[in-house]
Amino acid sequence: MARVVVDVMPKPEILDPQGQAVANALPRLGFDGIASVRQGKHFELEVADDVDDAALAKIAESFLANPVIEDWVVRRIDA
Amino acid sequence: MRVGVITFPGTLDDVDAARAVKYADGEAVPLWHADHDLKGVDAVIVPGGFSYGDYLRAGAIARFAPVMREVVDAAAKGMPVLGICNGFQVLCEAHLLPGALTRNDKLHFVCRDQWLRVENTETAWTSRYERGAEILVPLKSGEGGYQADADTLAELEGEGRVVFRYVGGNPNGSRNDIAGITSANGRVVGLMPHPEHAIDALTGPTDDGLGLFLSLLDAVVSA
Repeated sequence: MARVVVDVMPKPEILDPQGQAVANALPRLGFDGIASVRQGKHFELEVADDVDDAALAKIAESFLANPVIEDWVVRRIDA
Repeated sequence: MRVGVITFPGTLDDVDAARAVKYADGEAVPLWHADHDLKGVDAVIVPGGFSYGDYLRAGAIARFAPVMREVVDAAAKGMPVLGICNGFQVLCEAHLLPGALTRNDKLHFVCRDQWLRVENTETAWTSRYERGAEILVPLKSGEGGYQADADTLAELEGEGRVVFRYVGGNPNGSRNDIAGITSANGRVVGLMPHPEHAIDALTGPTDDGLGLFLSLLDAVVSA
């Protein structure tokens, strides 16, 4: 088995109200100097060894991310 | 007129959608998410709610339900399909309509009666309206911000495929105040507000939403 990480982020031009809400809360908690926050999703997959990169790319592009509004990165993690 | 109304796990508004079909003298046919056939219906409504709990993204999992494969095939042959709220999100995820719905810009779930302008009366679902008519129907959604890239927006606007536009303030940050759009052939329509909750002034703010379901009657009879 291999470990695969897929990170999905809203595209830069897409408004991220969740990230903004987090950013706005930080000064209220006493943390200053954080200019902005973008919130995305992080997936960890346990993958059989015969699943190739093309299949992983398809999973990310067609299901885990919506290419209309999100960017994604697929990484294999060495155990 | 037999109209399929899909129920996914987490769908909430299937009963009101079926009721709206009956108000338009149609027969509502229940369709289950795991069904592999559409039971000979003339049209399909994908109603509102939170299919599969909206896990991952709104509509993203429902898109892969067995019944949606049948809907995509039938839409390709011209069957009228209406997606309301979560149903709109499902139709976008299934690529029956372009674009995507994102979190409301102010982050709050919006629940209110909303004025809409009918911009396109050439679709299977809007022929009973007059162009430019303003209608009042409920809106209740947390992920109703319509997003598409500049090319897609230009195409939608250029081809008159914006069907409904928000009037009196944009409730959720939708691009170009877009509340609903249609496919290139005018058969598939999706919108965030809920016409099925506004078919009788006794139970809704108006009966302005009934026009969608009466329009379908014309589209099916003339087909």
